[in-house]
Amino acid sequence: MQLSREALLRAYRQMKVIREFEERLHVDIQTGEIAGFTHLYCGQEAVAVGVCEHLDADDKIVSTHRGHGHCLAKGCDVTGMMKEIWGSREGLCKGKGGSMHIADVDQGMLGANGIVGAGAPIAVGAGISAKIDGKGKVAITFSGDGACNQGTTFEAMNMAVVTKAACIFVFENNHYSEHTGFEYAVGTNGDIASRAEAFGMKVWRGDGTDFFSVYETMREVLEYVRVPGNGPAAVEFDTERFFGHFEGDPQRYRGPGELDRIRETRDCLKKFRESVTSAKLLSGEDLDAVDAEVLAQIEDAVQQAKAAPRPTADDVLTDVYISY
Amino acid sequence: MARMMYREAVVSTIAEEMARDPNVVVLGEDVVGGMGTAGGPEAIGGIWSTSTGLFGQFGADRVIDTPISESAIVGAAAGLALSGKRPIAELMFADFIGVSLDQIWNQIGKFRYMFGGKTKCPAVIRMAYGAGYNAAAQHSQAVHQILTGMPGLKVVMPTTPADVKGLLRTAIRDDDPVIFLEHKALYGMKGEVPDDPDFMIPFGHARLARAGQDVTIVSTGLLLGFCEKVADTLAEQGIGCDVIDLRTTSPIDEEAILDSVEVTGRLVVVDEAPPRCSLGSDICAMVAEKAFASLKAPPLSVNPPHTPVPFARELETAYLPSIDKIEAAVRKVLSYR
Ligand SMILES: Cc1ncc(C[n+]2csc(CCOP(=O)(O)OP(=O)(O)O)c2C)c(N)n1
Ligand SMILES: [Mg+2]
Repeated sequence: MQLSREALLRAYRQMKVIREFEERLHVDIQTGEIAGFTHLYCGQEAVAVGVCEHLDADDKIVSTHRGHGHCLAKGCDVTGMMKEIWGSREGLCKGKGGSMHIADVDQGMLGANGIVGAGAPIAVGAGISAKIDGKGKVAITFSGDGACNQGTTFEAMNMAVVTKAACIFVFENNHYSEHTGFEYAVGTNGDIASRAEAFGMKVWRGDGTDFFSVYETMREVLEYVRVPGNGPAAVEFDTERFFGHFEGDPQRYRGPGELDRIRETRDCLKKFRESVTSAKLLSGEDLDAVDAEVLAQIEDAVQQAKAAPRPTADDVLTDVYISY
Repeated sequence: MARMMYREAVVSTIAEEMARDPNVVVLGEDVVGGMGTAGGPEAIGGIWSTSTGLFGQFGADRVIDTPISESAIVGAAAGLALSGKRPIAELMFADFIGVSLDQIWNQIGKFRYMFGGKTKCPAVIRMAYGAGYNAAAQHSQAVHQILTGMPGLKVVMPTTPADVKGLLRTAIRDDDPVIFLEHKALYGMKGEVPDDPDFMIPFGHARLARAGQDVTIVSTGLLLGFCEKVADTLAEQGIGCDVIDLRTTSPIDEEAILDSVEVTGRLVVVDEAPPRCSLGSDICAMVAEKAFASLKAPPLSVNPPHTPVPFARELETAYLPSIDKIEAAVRKVLSYR
């Protein structure tokens, strides 16, 4: 199905926001001003956006340690996120969680997560809730090629099938879990979707560096899971991460020229631009205008984050309970 | 004596024990690092560099790089230990005990008792713990209070490279399961380490880091260094502190604490875990029970607050016991009358 001009511009913009958000963090982290562990999503934008462009705030997603892209794609506020990562008390989570724990439940974003494999069972619960509510809403969990080896993920897949939860397991295979290759760690010959299939789910596969592949695949997946009674499904997207596992990773596990090659041939933004301009759906100028807007937006978010008030010692004690 | 870092003491002790005993095996996530990549095995070698070179020296059978599967890692350590091997399992962060808790708590910790003393489970489970990196609520916790409360487990918390060497060797050669907690902010700490290939430090023996007559300070890990600084400051003002480095929290060296409190009559425990049911409350209660007559002031425990570990720099700093907070607590027990 052909996307409207507005929808195309919006999808491109969303991917570009994630890209520039991450590229900027990569630079700013080197100044030492940003604390903590940061895992950048750069390279995988087509997955987050190709999935979330189908969702509204009543659909839920559960994310990972590499969560910025999912959060932005699901509608978390750019400046609020930047402030959070900078540790401001005006951050989306008041500076309490930081990069690994960004959440905005009002947007249906049930949290990034520092524990690999913790997300899938949470999405099963949200998917059961969606099933009970009967409004055709879904819950989606993003998991990596590393997280797919966690027992929690296996349990979640089986339980989703058994309970017919309205739940989708999106596996982002970026070929690495930290410094380990997926062909070593994923015993099913590196094939994740076949595992989900063995649990009794319908599965799909797509190219996670191509927005249109993700978007069209997800249209089918969602059509299926939104039908009451169909239960869960899974999809595996092959994708790339452009930076290290975390900021500061020397990446000695990469092959020679690997990063240049994936930036050259597997960049979802380049591919999008090529395909929409050659089909004359959007012009280069249309996209350039988005690029300029996004760069300005990110610059503004960074300036606001730098100037935002810092938390104080008293803030440590708040938000542990609602009442105690 | 050799001068080395805390992390080097970890890996060199493991290498020495693996060379000595073919039953010692290592398993964990990225302990080889680079498996299945173009860079090849040992491209990285563990995120804490606590397994560097082991794979090259001992090979894939004994240095097992695992998928992200903490429950299976600890469970496999249990099975290895019940089958005559001496596994050293690594959890990348202590916070991940959550994923593997059943295997630690209901399996490894209980086999010997449940089986009527008919078996041994010589597993070591190493893990990096503690705050100081702004790694937030799921990557910064001190978990000793949870594990110390579990019968059947021994719990070790080294502070110096020499203690790593002596305690890790004891842990590997011990026939009981041992939790070995390495503070991630200490990995770069340098110190003198004995060369003796059989240098061992027995469990349940505290180390006197500073000697004084006026107040007893008990701690271990990162915060022990803070306590030493406070003791040095107070020494200049003529106040003497006994600073006791526990080294192991299970078993715990009650005698060292009680002997000291009998002299000083005043106790401050400094603990990196939250205050409820903590090492601090445990030791204060023990002293109140067993040395009540010696006490000149109520014992005090300095802990972080009853909250998760926060992210932002200002928040984490406010969360952790600091040199100032420790000094204030010491002055408080000193001024009590
Ligand atoms: C339970 C648990 N084990 C280990 C880790 C450490 N860790 C963080 S991310 C990661 C790799 C995850 O790989 P993958 O699922 O492929 O996600 P990616 O990093 O590629 O996005 C590991 C081992 C963790 N955070 N939680
Ligand atoms: Mg991965």
